[in-house]
Amino acid sequence: MKAISPNNSVSIGCYHCGLPCADGSIAAGPHSFCCLGCRTVYEILQQSGLQQYYLLDSHPGTPPPTPAAPPGVERFAYLDDPQLQAQLLDFNDGQTARATLRLPQIHCASCVWLLENLQRLQPGVRSSEVDFLRRELALVWNVAALSLRQLVEGLAGIGYEPEITLGSAPAVRLAGDPLIRRIGVAGFCFGNAMLFSLPEYFANPGDLSDAWRGLFTLLNLVLALPVMFYAATDFLVGAWRVLVRRTITIDVPIALGICVLFGRSLVDILTASGPGYMDSFTGFVFFLLLGRLFQRNSFVALSFERDYRSYFPLAVNVRDGEHERTVAVAALQPGQHLIARNGELIPADSRLLSPHGRIDFSYVTGESDLVEAERGDVVWAGGRVAGAAIELDVLRGVSQSYLTRLWNQQSFHTPKAEDLSSLANRISRWFTGGVLLIAAATAAYWLHVDPSLAAHAVTSVLIVACPCALALSTPFTTGTALNLLARAGLFLRDGAVVERLARISAVVFDKTGTLTTPGDSDVVFDGVPLTSAEGRQLASLLTNSVHPLSRRICASLPVDVALPRVIDYEEVPGFGLCARIDGAPICVGSRVWLERQGVVDVSTEAVRAETAVYVAIGNSCRGAFHLGNSYRTGVTESLAQLRLRLPLYLLSGDNDRERSRLLPLFGADDRMRFAQSPQAKLHFVEDLERRQRVLMVGDGLNDAGALKQSSVGLAVSDDVAAFSPACDGILQADRLARLPVFLRFARVCLVIVASSFALSLLYNLIGLSYAVSGALSPLVSALLMPVSSVSVIAFTTVATRLAARWTGIAR
Amino acid sequence: MSALYMLIGFSLAVALLFLAAFLWALRTNQYHDTCTPAMRMLFDEQTALQSDSGEEESL
Repeated sequence: MKAISPNNSVSIGCYHCGLPCADGSIAAGPHSFCCLGCRTVYEILQQSGLQQYYLLDSHPGTPPPTPAAPPGVERFAYLDDPQLQAQLLDFNDGQTARATLRLPQIHCASCVWLLENLQRLQPGVRSSEVDFLRRELALVWNVAALSLRQLVEGLAGIGYEPEITLGSAPAVRLAGDPLIRRIGVAGFCFGNAMLFSLPEYFANPGDLSDAWRGLFTLLNLVLALPVMFYAATDFLVGAWRVLVRRTITIDVPIALGICVLFGRSLVDILTASGPGYMDSFTGFVFFLLLGRLFQRNSFVALSFERDYRSYFPLAVNVRDGEHERTVAVAALQPGQHLIARNGELIPADSRLLSPHGRIDFSYVTGESDLVEAERGDVVWAGGRVAGAAIELDVLRGVSQSYLTRLWNQQSFHTPKAEDLSSLANRISRWFTGGVLLIAAATAAYWLHVDPSLAAHAVTSVLIVACPCALALSTPFTTGTALNLLARAGLFLRDGAVVERLARISAVVFDKTGTLTTPGDSDVVFDGVPLTSAEGRQLASLLTNSVHPLSRRICASLPVDVALPRVIDYEEVPGFGLCARIDGAPICVGSRVWLERQGVVDVSTEAVRAETAVYVAIGNSCRGAFHLGNSYRTGVTESLAQLRLRLPLYLLSGDNDRERSRLLPLFGADDRMRFAQSPQAKLHFVEDLERRQRVLMVGDGLNDAGALKQSSVGLAVSDDVAAFSPACDGILQADRLARLPVFLRFARVCLVIVASSFALSLLYNLIGLSYAVSGALSPLVSALLMPVSSVSVIAFTTVATRLAARWTGIAR
Repeated sequence: MSALYMLIGFSLAVALLFLAAFLWALRTNQYHDTCTPAMRMLFDEQTALQSDSGEEESL
């Protein structure tokens, strides 16, 4: 460790964002800043008396992105367009407007405080409210005093630029969650019905007069009505839909139980022949609804439904004669001239007009290297400009582009059907058949022995066979698993995905961004080893270049002291760079470049399939840097572990230069496909899905089709809250190596579901033994229902937690 | 015994009151965001202007 000298400014973090300050030159008062952008934000806040921002949390700011457009260009001019405004505003009456903006930068209490005090910065703001988990800011402001554009510019000015994309839409304000409302109503009715049933169960014979009994049963009946006709309607409608399709799911025996419980109780109460089973009935519906809630995911900040529209910008700059103006992406016409700057996205297939352009396609096609395009080349939609701004001639509208056509495919319009082969649905077919058979046998027996008791016995059988515990097994197991997996870094869309994950029989991986780290590569030097002085010379040369390869090599060189001075620097894009350092010529670049510089002995032996950058110092070639993909840590081991059980496939949009390296991981050459288009990926998975249950693991837009088509589609993401295409689950990228553990845990969960089915069938058998003999009293029913439900809930949650500990998901 | 009729009426009325309160809270989206209010209560009502060195200035 180096001692920190008093002058060493490297140890000072930027007062605004906490990044290290290169030197103390950018300062305001006693504070240092890493860049002018951070200081500007600080000054804005100080002028408005908002310094408390810096006191709630240290270094609360996010470094403002380097401006993508030069000062003269107005990036948010498109927000003045009334049509685009309509797409963004929740409400606007010409005086007051309301909008909900997504601000991905929100990360701490300071952010909340600053954004909720926005009216001190922008006087037109009437109210601003942050939703921290969703990273949203709900704003109400005076349109006459403040336009949407001024508002957004102001936010961007303090480092909170809203994420406005083609998919942005006004927020839909629901008046409460319907499921929660149903649970509230059912819970209220259940609690009170139970209360009014207690006298019946506990009074000594003769204590309870008929008048009282009549009142209590009547109250129970009244309490049961909202449960039957409001809280339980989802189950009844669900069962009806399934019956129309001539199949049976778990909803069918549930609906049967609900109807028989309610109908029998209604008859009992109205004919004053008994107290009915209204407490059992309301409790049944209450527990079922709880199961539904439990199985639903609660990750409000994550979206599993996004498509390319959430990735594409809302507007772009086009050339209009001598000027630039902004145009809505949706209205982009072929023939318009598009201007895209560093970091901006190209929203439509176009032809390059600039002499040279460099574009990053890794997220769209899976190609890991930047693509060098020349004038006249076709540039596919979805690429991001890297480096200098380029001008493009639009060939096709946004929705007709090569990439976006993927969303016109059939699989994007048919929702994934309910899995009829899930364990609960398969069992419920046998269960329903068995129950109806037993009911028929009971009917036959009692019609023969005592016909007056037949109806009573049959309804008792149907009541007791109500699959309450059965229906709770799956939701509570998978719901618990959902939460445990989320804590371990895998966020699933809902509980049903856990079960599908357990029954996977093949795994398909994408390469770029999934198995590899995007924008990162392994740099290996082959040749005569460089001395540390030469390493510094090289670093000094490469720091002058913005080419991504230079950056990556530079990052791999050890640099600790001052770098030597560079003179006569020359760079030719696409070839390489050279300069004189410490008196000696030094060249870096392609083989052709070195030969052109007069280096004679450029060895060809070291040539491998990967990208190579040659180095010559003092006119002799010293070797080459090889840049290969950088695989995520632990991926090799976890693939080997997965391959013991499941066939693995690779579907890459990239070229096949990594083939030899990947072969030992996937086993067979025909398991790996390279240079796959998004459509080809979709069709491959579709084809495989006919024989196997496929788990697709991908990350980019080019995997969107495959993710949608597979049994389970997992999107790998470095930041789970950032954009990822529509999928069944989002996997934190650093947890990819734990995929075998996740799959094993899912399989154990399925065993737990099966065991709790056995447990609940046992309760049904106990109840049946009462029912067939015609001796089912409301008390037995009222006891059996909650006892079975609660014990099944307890068993599944405890067992799932133990399984998580056992498999290593949780500690 | 007739007091019981009244008590039952009261208990039901109170329970219904709570149900109504719950439904009202749900309807006005009070369960929509359960995280930010907890952060918000840490902020001072009227934030005092603070000098750059962190000392409080009297307003």
